[in-house]
Amino acid sequence: MFKNLKPVVIALVFLFVLSGSLLAQETQPGQLSPARASLYKIALIVGGAVIALAAMAGAYCQAKAISAACEGISRNPGAAPHIRFLLIFGLVLIETLVIYSLLISIIILMIKWGSYV
Amino acid sequence: MEQLEHSLFLVDLFNRAFGKPLAAVLALLGVKVKDPAHLVPDYIVMCLIVMVVLMVVLGLASRKLSLVPTRRQTILEFLVETVEGLLQEIIGEDGKKFLPVIGTVGLFILCCNLLGLIPGFMSPTSKLNVTLGCALTVFVYYHWQGMKAQGVLKYLKHFAGPIPLLAPLMVPIELISHFSRPVSLSIRLFGNIFAEELLIVVIASILPFFLPLPFMAVAIFTGSIQAFVFVLLACIYISGAIAHEEESSE
Repeated sequence: MFKNLKPVVIALVFLFVLSGSLLAQETQPGQLSPARASLYKIALIVGGAVIALAAMAGAYCQAKAISAACEGISRNPGAAPHIRFLLIFGLVLIETLVIYSLLISIIILMIKWGSYV
Repeated sequence: MEQLEHSLFLVDLFNRAFGKPLAAVLALLGVKVKDPAHLVPDYIVMCLIVMVVLMVVLGLASRKLSLVPTRRQTILEFLVETVEGLLQEIIGEDGKKFLPVIGTVGLFILCCNLLGLIPGFMSPTSKLNVTLGCALTVFVYYHWQGMKAQGVLKYLKHFAGPIPLLAPLMVPIELISHFSRPVSLSIRLFGNIFAEELLIVVIASILPFFLPLPFMAVAIFTGSIQAFVFVLLACIYISGAIAHEEESSE
């Protein structure tokens, strides 16, 4: 009885997990005037571009910080705790700026521009 | 954004239990409540849960302290020593008296960040209200400690900068930089926790229960680091506020 139960339980778990994607729904596109439609298009492009540029710049600057920290630790392994501390602190400050632009991008992408123009 | 949220079981329970009495108390104060069943928002209930859990767990922790520490006592001593070490390293020897406030804020933010990963709960720090409250606490606290350590007039004179002639230039710059501190503290914490939670929600809508797991692991990591950085910046602001002028003794 116990040996027969295990494949049934595994099958049920997989069914349960995969049924999650059935919850996705389709929405019908509405009718918008050309002015509002172009605002929507511009808003989508700008929203995507803002966070893409910020992620690019943030990743480049964090890479410079990490490479400098690695080099510092390799030259002076005794100072590793201090350098690690300074590295984490610096990375969080750089990431703050990326988070600022992520918030702006979320706001741009989530506003219902159709009700404003 | 509201269609991404659903009401949580514990929040509904709290509102059913305490909604009507609180609405009655508010009506006595003259505030009319439109909907007692949805009076208390979800982040306030979660803040209360974190408060109760921290008070119970850490309040009971200081009972039965023994010289040879048990496992529970070792963990708590590690927590206290970490925060004390941070305070001593950044502020100096008299940093230990700031341990209650800084330790409380740090532990509160850490528990709030990690609470959102448990199903059925949400992180209160994913709302700007809560993080702004924490940031304003630190802001008021470090100004108050600075004024207490140096006197009100001498502390305000620091805003003028080193040379009195440059005061009309330095005062706006110093004011802006001081007011940007709670803004950056609150938005950093809010942005990190909210973005992580939004990511987990979106990923869970693709393949629930399994796909969010690596993202939740990252969320534990970033939540702890954000709490640590909040405490670290609070210590740096306090040390900047109470620093006595060493360079004037030439």
